[in-house]
Amino acid sequence: MRPMSLIVVTLNKVFAWFMILFGSLVIMNGHNTPGGGFQGGAVVATFVCFMLVAYGGKKFFTWVHTPIYSGLETFGLLAFFVFACLGFPNSFTYNFLAVPAITSTGGLIMGEVWGGWLPSCGTISLMNIAVGFEVVGALSLAVIEMYEGTHIDDAHFGGECGHDR
Amino acid sequence: MNQHLPALLLALPIGGAFLAPLACSLGKKLRNIFYLTVSLLTLICAVMIFLETSAGKILVYVMGAENFALTLPSGMAFPVRIILEMDAFSGLMVLCVAIASFAGALFSVNYMDKFSGLKRFISLYFLLVLGALGMCATGDLFNFFVFVEISSIASYGLAAFWRDKPESIEASFKYMMLSQVGALLLLVAVGTLYGKYNAINIGALASMLQTGVLEKIVLAMFIAILAFKCGAFPMHAWLPDVYSEAPSGVTCLLVSVSQASFYGLMRICFTLYGTNPANVTAAWILITLGCASMFFGVMMAVIQHDVKRLMGYHSISQVGYMLLAMGVGLYTLSDAVLLAEYGFTAMKGGIFHLFNYSMFKGLLFLTAGALYYATGTRDLDKMGGLARSMPWTTVMFMIGAAAISGLPPFSGFASKWLIYESSFAIHPILPVVALLTSILTLASFVKVFQTAFLGASKISLAPVREVPVGMLCGMGLLSILILFVSFFPNIFVSGVADPSASGLIDQAGYINAVLGGVK
Repeated sequence: MRPMSLIVVTLNKVFAWFMILFGSLVIMNGHNTPGGGFQGGAVVATFVCFMLVAYGGKKFFTWVHTPIYSGLETFGLLAFFVFACLGFPNSFTYNFLAVPAITSTGGLIMGEVWGGWLPSCGTISLMNIAVGFEVVGALSLAVIEMYEGTHIDDAHFGGECGHDR
Repeated sequence: MNQHLPALLLALPIGGAFLAPLACSLGKKLRNIFYLTVSLLTLICAVMIFLETSAGKILVYVMGAENFALTLPSGMAFPVRIILEMDAFSGLMVLCVAIASFAGALFSVNYMDKFSGLKRFISLYFLLVLGALGMCATGDLFNFFVFVEISSIASYGLAAFWRDKPESIEASFKYMMLSQVGALLLLVAVGTLYGKYNAINIGALASMLQTGVLEKIVLAMFIAILAFKCGAFPMHAWLPDVYSEAPSGVTCLLVSVSQASFYGLMRICFTLYGTNPANVTAAWILITLGCASMFFGVMMAVIQHDVKRLMGYHSISQVGYMLLAMGVGLYTLSDAVLLAEYGFTAMKGGIFHLFNYSMFKGLLFLTAGALYYATGTRDLDKMGGLARSMPWTTVMFMIGAAAISGLPPFSGFASKWLIYESSFAIHPILPVVALLTSILTLASFVKVFQTAFLGASKISLAPVREVPVGMLCGMGLLSILILFVSFFPNIFVSGVADPSASGLIDQAGYINAVLGGVK
């Protein structure tokens, strides 16, 4: 794939980074607004698509290090798993950090609005962030692997590489 | 800790799958230790669950609740959280899957050693185990769908592991296409029930289920998709391809995964629909599917020359036995006299055969893998005289082949006998089809034994040696279990098949375990 025109590259410089910011916002607020780890992660992962389309495959692959994305993926999955396991004295995936907005007597906590704050959502927001990391890593890798699979940039196309070499 | 067993059973393979990339970067030895340890821990967990459930206890576990036993929080009439529920039948299924996964892992350590990409392989392997265990452990239909999808997606990846082979890609792609259509159908069926009853918990739904046209349509959808997943005759197209192209350790596990779909079908027919009139038609559908699968499966198997493909077609015919047996059980479910007379025996036979099938079919696929590992081919015409160079594999193949053909005293004989004598009561043609299938099974395995192991040694196979110890251990584990069940079938029938069948017909017990007597 060849690089695109100056106009596209210039616009890309603005919008690609904006997508990371916007995606992060969706992930961070996933526990009380529409969206969440998966949706925000998918938005962040469009960064890779932007770069690939604007700068072309050759330049793009001089920047990309796939182990970073694998690392993000593994980190997200493990963080999710650890948060799930921390609920264990009660039950698997128990929200051990949550502070209920309703007190034991049944009334709302007076003078303070607790709904939507971290203490009331507990591990939900942390797990959302973990899912966000996982999705960023996995979807970016998927885009990169699929692009490589097309062999558009290969001069010598052919010869699928299996696992036995 | 015992109360947390159902969650641990799922947490172990999830942890294994997520940690696999890290463990694989620590070197070959630590990777193998990790792979085997997680599989062994899952097996131990499954054995403990099996021991608890076979004593008649129903394990209930609520995910994410303040208390794992809190099925109905804050005075709600219906369960809202993710609930795992396991009775004796679930316990048996979980045990089958865990044994197959451990044997497959033992086998794969040596079998996959020379290949790259094991990081992904081990992750997908544990996800496949997770999917199958989850299908057997879950108490609600939507989670059943989720676990079906997890196991399907993992098996697409594993079937296409040798991605430089066009056949593997074709098998995986074919399975993916068919399976996705099936998954949509399953989702529509679950969604329809949810739309009408506002519940997806099997116990809660069973307590409310009415006798309408909608319920019949939903049951038809469930039967279609789950019979497809366990490889019944008209929907079997994916099965020989996937079973023969996946690495052998995985095929051993895939056999049990397809049995988890069979478990789901039984759970829906017996526990969800119970004595619902729709089940009378369903019983005949199961019996018909069973007979067709048995006969056509074995007819297609007899003519095969590829050893794994041959065994794949035999899987179709063996699933037929179980469908027939459970169909007979379902037919008698609403009549206590007939149930006591022959229906319960048929169910015991079906469940016994299910366990036997998971063991001997797993073993046979592992021996086929050993043949491929040693000779580099799956074509029977290119093999010959291997009994001299591979004595252990030969003995274990004989055990598996004798068990699947139903030769006395091997385990297949006892379970098939229960099926013959009970299905006779419905119609004499049913045991005739089953017996004919058994004879043809024996014929085709005699063919495999004769061509691969007996006869003159081929010059091209002169350097062939016995397979490494790890692979022999994987096959040995299953062989020992088959021999144990073969020599003590009465212990197994009274101690395992009987409580499983009782658990399956005890609809009220299953409902009460979740709703706590509220109805």
